[in-house]
Amino acid sequence: MRKHVNHSDGKEEVISISKLYKSFGENHVLQGIDLELFKGENLVVLGRSGTGKSVLIKIIVGLLKPDSGVVKVFDKEVDKLDKKELMELRLKIGFLFQHSALYDSMTIRENLEFPLVRNKRNISRKEIDESVKDVLEAVGLSDTINQLPSELSGGQQKRIGLARTLIMKPEIIFYDEPTTGLDPLTSGEINDLINEVQDKYKTSSIIITHDLTCAKDTGDRIFMMMNGKFIRHGDFKEVFDTSDERIRGFFDYNFIQ
Amino acid sequence: METVTNQPTKYLISKSIDGFFINVYNVFKFIAQFFKEAFTPPYEFQETIKQCYNVGYKSLPLITLTAFITGIVFTKHSRPALADFGATSWLPSLIGIAIMKALAPLITGLICAGKVGSQMGAELGSMRVTEQIDAMEVSAVNPFKFLVVTRVLASTMMTPVLVMYSGFVGLLGSFLNVHANEQTSLITFVHGAFVKISFPEIFSSLVRAVIFGFTIGIVGCYKGYTTTQGTEGVGRAANASVVIIMFLLFIEEIFIVQLMNWIQPGM
Repeated sequence: MRKHVNHSDGKEEVISISKLYKSFGENHVLQGIDLELFKGENLVVLGRSGTGKSVLIKIIVGLLKPDSGVVKVFDKEVDKLDKKELMELRLKIGFLFQHSALYDSMTIRENLEFPLVRNKRNISRKEIDESVKDVLEAVGLSDTINQLPSELSGGQQKRIGLARTLIMKPEIIFYDEPTTGLDPLTSGEINDLINEVQDKYKTSSIIITHDLTCAKDTGDRIFMMMNGKFIRHGDFKEVFDTSDERIRGFFDYNFIQ
Repeated sequence: METVTNQPTKYLISKSIDGFFINVYNVFKFIAQFFKEAFTPPYEFQETIKQCYNVGYKSLPLITLTAFITGIVFTKHSRPALADFGATSWLPSLIGIAIMKALAPLITGLICAGKVGSQMGAELGSMRVTEQIDAMEVSAVNPFKFLVVTRVLASTMMTPVLVMYSGFVGLLGSFLNVHANEQTSLITFVHGAFVKISFPEIFSSLVRAVIFGFTIGIVGCYKGYTTTQGTEGVGRAANASVVIIMFLLFIEEIFIVQLMNWIQPGM
């Protein structure tokens, strides 16, 4: 279990969300979310599928618009930014998608170079090669550089997805279900990698998951989400040391007591 | 300050009619965004060239085969009618007018609708549902510029080239048939084929080709880029791209021919 660090004491706030609502038609996905992410912490949003976890992080990065509420990243209100400002903000953000979202027509090298060459137009070939080499080493997949994403396993694709995120040296990383679809051993490796990345690159992270092991291994703070609301938060022990049937049921189902 | 952007839950007329007008509005917004992004740096030259290769070079075998066969078949069908009047010597002129003015743009447009339009719809649709487009967006890359602008430019630039190419291949097929039956020489055939075609008429074909190419690119990209509902949505996007493009090509054909006749009567 990850050692709990109290980040709220005098730490810089990198994300703050208040009274966030989002609906799709009659489906009220987010119903009054309040959240702060502090610099250098791993925050886990835990909950069943379909509770609005992914919608939450897509709103934070500006992929979706909220119905109401305020989302601030580095003290900038995301919904109020123009396109250029949003692009600048996104340079400080990394996003690991649930199914990795690697560009399937490009090799691993091209996948990794893609954001780099388009955001740093004057970067030299040597610098690109060094950056690619560094991030591939960081995720332990240097030998896959000329392969296509379809030639990699699910776990390897997640690692490359993370490498593509790291190449831009982000300050905040969002992980959308990082261990979904992976076997327990590979899931454990991904959890270790998330912690290594946080230690090495000093990033702040929001990890969306329904995997209790992932939450336990990676989270400094855990926010339990149900029906579009946070029903409990704290460190792993605080969240699950409860007689609340809804939380106990979720815990028992995951068999990791 | 809090923002409120609630989605409408009530409809002005009905869900389907409102949906139609919203769709039309979104298409025009998409076209406007294309022109805005196309003329704003940075430009994706390398990707545009790659897409030109995909649209142009990779369509050549299909265009060659179709145009060649069309040239032969059209000649064979036209001969008996002209033979009744003892006018088979007019075959090159008839074929030249038919192919260069009418058949080449339309046939090339329809082939590109099937090959290029469906490919764009399926490719972008697949990227949309697998979150690859979202991944570009969150890594501060403009996916519209990289995916849509390059493809629409490529199809707009390459379709006129393909139209001219298919016209010449069609004439080649026709020449081989005319030569085998009437022993017409190449010089006589070429002279006959082009004597009745003026530069404005060739220009009219090229204008149509440019408009067809733009239509193919913009519809294919729009359907793909706005795909929803997973793999089923990808199939629907590819299919709808082809159907809509073919429909629009025929509509455009009528309008452009009317317009050109109005500008220059007898064209």
